[in-house]
Amino acid sequence: MAGRRSSIFAVYVLIHLCILALLWVHAQLGQSRARPDLELKREMVGSLGLTDLCLFTEARYTRHPAMADSNAPFQDHPMSFDHFPSGSIVTVPEHLRYESGKP
Amino acid sequence: MTFIQKQRNILDVALCSLLRRKGKNLSLVAAYVFVIFLLSSVMFITDALKREASFVLKDAPEMIVQRLVAGRHELVPTAYAKVIGKIRGVQSVSPRLWGYYYDATNGANYTLIVHQDLITSPGSIMVGRGVARHLPAGGNGTIPFKACDGSYLFLEIRSVLPSESELVSADLVLMSEPDFRRLFQMPEGYATDLVLRVRNVRELSTIAAKVVQLLPDTRPVSRDEILRTYDAVFSWRSGLVIVIFAGTLSAFLILAWDKATGLSAEEKREIGLLKAVGWETSDVLLMKFWEGMAVSLVSFLTGIILAYVHIFFTSASLFKPALKGWAVLYPDFRLTPFIDGQHAATLFFLTVVPYTAATIVPSWRTATMDPDSVMRS
Repeated sequence: MAGRRSSIFAVYVLIHLCILALLWVHAQLGQSRARPDLELKREMVGSLGLTDLCLFTEARYTRHPAMADSNAPFQDHPMSFDHFPSGSIVTVPEHLRYESGKP
Repeated sequence: MTFIQKQRNILDVALCSLLRRKGKNLSLVAAYVFVIFLLSSVMFITDALKREASFVLKDAPEMIVQRLVAGRHELVPTAYAKVIGKIRGVQSVSPRLWGYYYDATNGANYTLIVHQDLITSPGSIMVGRGVARHLPAGGNGTIPFKACDGSYLFLEIRSVLPSESELVSADLVLMSEPDFRRLFQMPEGYATDLVLRVRNVRELSTIAAKVVQLLPDTRPVSRDEILRTYDAVFSWRSGLVIVIFAGTLSAFLILAWDKATGLSAEEKREIGLLKAVGWETSDVLLMKFWEGMAVSLVSFLTGIILAYVHIFFTSASLFKPALKGWAVLYPDFRLTPFIDGQHAATLFFLTVVPYTAATIVPSWRTATMDPDSVMRS
């Protein structure tokens, strides 16, 4: 029975599963298409000695989280808490978080 | 009646029941889709950024040695390079000159790096696409840089870095060493930090310990730590992720709690009627299972598809204001699409299964009661 609600539901789910499968194919194709661009970025990182992705340029400790020091968020004075929006997105790097526990 | 036929019949009844409360269920699906959309969007963007960072930063310096004074970065004397160079296992030590420059004309922050290719051409610079986009003359002409002594340094743009590399180079200004030293009045014999190359990467931790032992005011940062930084920044515990996760999870819990705490009078009457016309308790539960499954499956599939489109087709347009913050320069990048099957499956089991279970539990309580008392209550 073509008009049954269960059939309409099954068709809806099937169409969405097909779209998901197409998106998965899109992701696979996108990865092979992006390979030259990724190699270019990797080459640039190697030749310029870069350490971070350029995601947040508003504060130095969010522009280069890997290079940040433990006092960066308190850069203005000891009681000055982080006020840059990206500071709430970028957490403290692992090597700073456990620095005190290191030899 | 075959098993499939029975399931179809029960699904028909379940869908009819859902459609009878069209307004309530449509708003429920809309809220559910939004929850899945947000969770999947965060999952896609963090997975894609982590993957990109782990690939791109594989060639980052093996180790960087910084100098700290009063907990802050300080210029490192290049004489330190000789001390570190004598450590067994260190192949080479080279000084790195880099810093930040705030351009008052457009409010942007640039990352200035000394590049060896410009060693013979002082007065010339290479700029990232993001820098060029914010200049009045685009990628041509000169940029006036205000030096520490108040004088101006006019540097000519030799070329603009390729747009495909924006994720690592949008705010970069590559310049020669004399120009950099003049701009910041940085004395000879000092560098921003030191870059180490080692013979065996497995010795990095030993070398780092020796560096700190020989030069206690330094802090070594290894490539492994750089790579782990991005895993931490975009892990589920990180700022952005935890805020969105907490909000959407609370919304989802309210949805599930609303379902689990009880049925409406109409739903109870419906179960009573079905029992009165001869439905078994197991059939009633099966119908409720299909009701929950229909709502959550439709919401999950729609939400995850919309999230993929949001992140990889519109470059996370909804998250852009949060990611951009107060920054003037923001890279115009398109993330490499990536679906982590394991994460998608986890999201499915953390949303669809609890919701479906929350639909069945109160129905089971009602379905086991006497139909007459259920309809009268």
